Amino acid sequence: MIPPLLDPAATIAAALLVPFTGTLLVLLCGRWPNLREAVSLVTALGLTALVYSLLGPVLAGARPTLTLWEVIPGVPLAFTVEPLGLIFAMIASLLWIVTTIYSVGYMRGNQEHAQTRFYACFAVAILSAIGIAFSGNLLTLFLFYELLTISTVPLVTHTGTDEARRSGRVYLGLLMGTSIGLQLVAIIGCWVLAGHLDFVPGGLLAGHAEGWPVLILLALFVFGIGKAAVMPFHRWLPAAMVAPTPVSALLHAVAVVKAGVFTVVKVVVYVFGLDLLTATPGVSWIAALAGFTILSASFVALRQDNLKRRLAYSTISQLSYVVLAALILAPLSVMGAALHIMAHAFGKITLFFAAGSLYTAAHKTHVSQLDGIGWTMPWTMGAFAIGSLSMIGLPPTAGFVSKWFMLGGAYQAEAWAAMAVILASTVLNAAYFLPIVYRAFATRPAPAADPAQAHGEAPWPIVLALTLTAAGSLVLFLAPDAFLALAAQLVGGAP
Amino acid sequence: MLETVLGLYNYWIVIVLMMAGFYTVIVRGNLVKKVVGLNIFQTSVFLLYITMGTVEGGTAPIVDAGADLYTNPLPSVLILTAIVVGIATTALGLALTVRIRESYGTLEEDEIIEIEDRMDGEV
Amino acid sequence: MPLVQNLPALQVVLPLVAAPLCLFLRAPRLAWLFALAVSAAAFAIAVSLTVSVTEVGAFTYAMGGWAAPWGIEYVIDPLDSFILCLVTGIATLVLLYAGPSVEAEVPHRLIPAFYVLFLLCLTGLLGMVATGDAFNLFVFLEISSLSTYALVAMGRDPRAQTAAYRYLILGTLGATFYLIGVGLLYMMTGTLNMEDLARRIPAVADTRTISVAIAFLAVGLALKLALFPLHKWLPGAYTHAPSAVTAFLAATATKVAIYVLVRIFFTVLGPIEAFQTLPAAVHETQVVGVLAIIAMLSGSAVAIFQPNLKRLLAYSSLAQIGYMVLGISMVSVTGMTAGLVHMVNHAMMKGALFMALGAVVLRIGSPRIERLDGIGARMPVTMAAFLIAALSLIGVPGTSGFVSKLYLVRAALEDQHWIMAAAVIVSSLLAIVYVWRIVEVAYMRSPPADARPVREAPLVMLAPLWVLALANVYFGLETTWTVGLAEDAAGFILTYVPGEGPLSEHPALEELLEGVNGGGHGPAAEEGAH
Repeated sequence: MIPPLLDPAATIAAALLVPFTGTLLVLLCGRWPNLREAVSLVTALGLTALVYSLLGPVLAGARPTLTLWEVIPGVPLAFTVEPLGLIFAMIASLLWIVTTIYSVGYMRGNQEHAQTRFYACFAVAILSAIGIAFSGNLLTLFLFYELLTISTVPLVTHTGTDEARRSGRVYLGLLMGTSIGLQLVAIIGCWVLAGHLDFVPGGLLAGHAEGWPVLILLALFVFGIGKAAVMPFHRWLPAAMVAPTPVSALLHAVAVVKAGVFTVVKVVVYVFGLDLLTATPGVSWIAALAGFTILSASFVALRQDNLKRRLAYSTISQLSYVVLAALILAPLSVMGAALHIMAHAFGKITLFFAAGSLYTAAHKTHVSQLDGIGWTMPWTMGAFAIGSLSMIGLPPTAGFVSKWFMLGGAYQAEAWAAMAVILASTVLNAAYFLPIVYRAFATRPAPAADPAQAHGEAPWPIVLALTLTAAGSLVLFLAPDAFLALAAQLVGGAP
Repeated sequence: MLETVLGLYNYWIVIVLMMAGFYTVIVRGNLVKKVVGLNIFQTSVFLLYITMGTVEGGTAPIVDAGADLYTNPLPSVLILTAIVVGIATTALGLALTVRIRESYGTLEEDEIIEIEDRMDGEV
Repeated sequence: MPLVQNLPALQVVLPLVAAPLCLFLRAPRLAWLFALAVSAAAFAIAVSLTVSVTEVGAFTYAMGGWAAPWGIEYVIDPLDSFILCLVTGIATLVLLYAGPSVEAEVPHRLIPAFYVLFLLCLTGLLGMVATGDAFNLFVFLEISSLSTYALVAMGRDPRAQTAAYRYLILGTLGATFYLIGVGLLYMMTGTLNMEDLARRIPAVADTRTISVAIAFLAVGLALKLALFPLHKWLPGAYTHAPSAVTAFLAATATKVAIYVLVRIFFTVLGPIEAFQTLPAAVHETQVVGVLAIIAMLSGSAVAIFQPNLKRLLAYSSLAQIGYMVLGISMVSVTGMTAGLVHMVNHAMMKGALFMALGAVVLRIGSPRIERLDGIGARMPVTMAAFLIAALSLIGVPGTSGFVSKLYLVRAALEDQHWIMAAAVIVSSLLAIVYVWRIVEVAYMRSPPADARPVREAPLVMLAPLWVLALANVYFGLETTWTVGLAEDAAGFILTYVPGEGPLSEHPALEELLEGVNGGGHGPAAEEGAH
């Protein structure tokens, strides 16, 4: 563990300033690619160090707070580091390092254009993710939530093709439409009911509302947080797959989508409070919708031949695990939700890295093209296999840990339907991931007709990155202590 | 009833003028006629103000030893200002009319709209 | 300090006196600098007025030394000083911007006249805010309107002339309606001083004359502020006027009209407690609220399909006027705050948007969307500012537009006006559509192959543009000034009680006449009314 560098409040400020400065420096260094990418990497390292230095104090029970000026009377721009946010920030910042390494290989390997814009937007997106993670009230959260949407639009439309434009339209329309159309209304509703917007352990709305307004607000939040991709507002995620792979990997497997489910969990725990929701009839209907999303997205994923699209639908399904687990409302399942943010992040980023690696080295994008590729790209496909295990929730991967807690919570709350959904989808996960692994290793590749098409592994930064994340999935199965402790604090466990 | 009509005859004149002017502004397609209608409309308001200031039996508000009842001078003064405004409006309206005639070659509103629609289509 | 005491008068008189002087400065550039200096001085006056108002509270100024209600009185209260700062501040920025823009868009020999008209328009707007006299307000209304018609007509396109003509016809109708309304009020009360009116109207509130007066005032002012369905003049005028004029009008003229609406209906007519108060009537039937909702939805929807970006923004302005009126029509402190805050915020965003568009017109020669492919790469500095202001228009958090919408939706939810809240949200979603349409063209298409390289707009245009764009961000994150002042003003307006004062005879007048002929009778305004 890294000793605290600064006092906690200053660390929060620094954690926001570092990516901000990084953005500016990237823009300034646009002409010198090596320097630019070094800046990105140093920024990511610095940010990670800062975020991890907060782990000690938070585990010890501290809740570092940074309150800036009041944006509107009574509602300041405020940041508080609590366990859930720290989990999210730790994952986002750590994986940013890995992704930066990966990006260098990918963007250069594919000779992408406008790389400076790419790195700058990336840094802003991470800044937003950190802002979301550490936000101390709904207004601050919403501010960074929208900043995240806006900063990722140029990344989604990066290629500038007609398809990218169409996807950009879906992406922005759905994310901004739901956030302004539903989430904002919910936030203002909370403001009217409670008079403030601070996250309060036990629930901001506790004692201010009950019955149907609570249910309506919950529905507005769950659907309004479009980044959580609960059906019917999930279409933006497959659309976003048109972006370069590092974007799909970090943003659409980690930062953006996790910001969504993180917000859902945060809202459930700190805005409503588990007690209030338990006392509110009808919450199970919204949970049922998440369950429906899990299953139907899995079925859709089964039918996708394009690898990235299959991963995207898998993400939609996995995100709803988190929503469902949070809405089971049992302490264990909420812990499971928090842990699944972490577990899915490592697993899915590995899978995306592998997809990008296949594209860079072999220009293969479809599942049906992958016959025997495990023999030419063993590292890539080995990591892919580990990622798949984590998605299914099998040991020895992190996915097992989170699924264990979710099932435990479902048992605790006697939510048998939820339990059935989780188990059924586990089977489905296996059905759409294992054939890929099988195809890659068990079949022999057709002999290349053209020797020019022969290829080996992807560039080393790519291989390094995906090896690291796959290893992460394993390590977090063996030693999830820090995350477990944080998740336990989230549901009121003693520090 | 008769008293309502005759006793308030000044208001009836105002109303008739006002509606005539308003009708002209709205219905007429010729830009000059619109300006004339606007003028009539404004004039009716001037009359409204002036008649309301009149005091029955009062004289012009010039201090004089023989008079002890004066007409209220304030509305007249106000209307003096309003007349100036009205003249400026008329002058500007007519000046615009001249320039429109130079640019479009017509003063009929429907023809102007036709030309403008063509301009919109051209770009 | 005599100068300080005369500041309220100076605020209005300075641009009025300075205006004709522009004509003598035959060189366009000299006229520009002179007008700029005058508006900067007016801004300084407005700021110092604000300072004194915060120190000593509202104060009055008797024009020419004639005491109210006999003479014309200028009243500066916190709301007034706030609007004065806004108008003069925007005027200064627009004038700074106007230099190169006007040289490109207005015939050379007309440029000094342009600045004369601009300062006159400023005079009118400032006078409308400062005056405490209902008739005087009409005069200033016409000063600003007449100069605006001429300014609009200065656009290059022949359609500017027809747009100006239509604006003239409708604007004059609106002003005359206002005049009729004021005449009827005078008929019933015998006074034109606003405070005096507020004191006397309750006694005669039940009469039909007052109801008719309210109707005339409402229609007249709705025409002036382009509330649906009386908005027909606005899109044409904004589209074809020179860019600087559009920026100025969009940022200030409709705002002052809204201010007048608030002033007349909430302070002059406010004390009536029966149904006759329009606010109360509105509250029951929600006529104005419904019109505002239609304006918001139709304005945003029509904006989506406009190929000319100036017209697009003009329709968006119609929608935004709907927001302001909607907030005001709720007759609650939060709603009024929302309306007033949005007044300021919208001035900043539309000012910036029209300025950016003017810079594009200067370099590309057209505000039509098919000419703007890849403009984001060709004029990055201008378009970045445009983008910030456009996000503010949508109401993205971190921009001032967000704050307006936050308060507007909150006001609607507080009073459980679900439809109003939904309308605000839907209109914002429509705004995403039209903004995104521009973004796609500007940033995701490559410039036409034969496009000649364009330079950025000159610094004097970029500087005010960026000041406004950054103001959008600043006032989105720090709202003590805007929201605080608007809340104060909203509280002040909604609980307005006219001060004590003489109710019937005016001693000043008696003395006046005595001084002339040693005795006499006051003119009997009340008897004059049949």
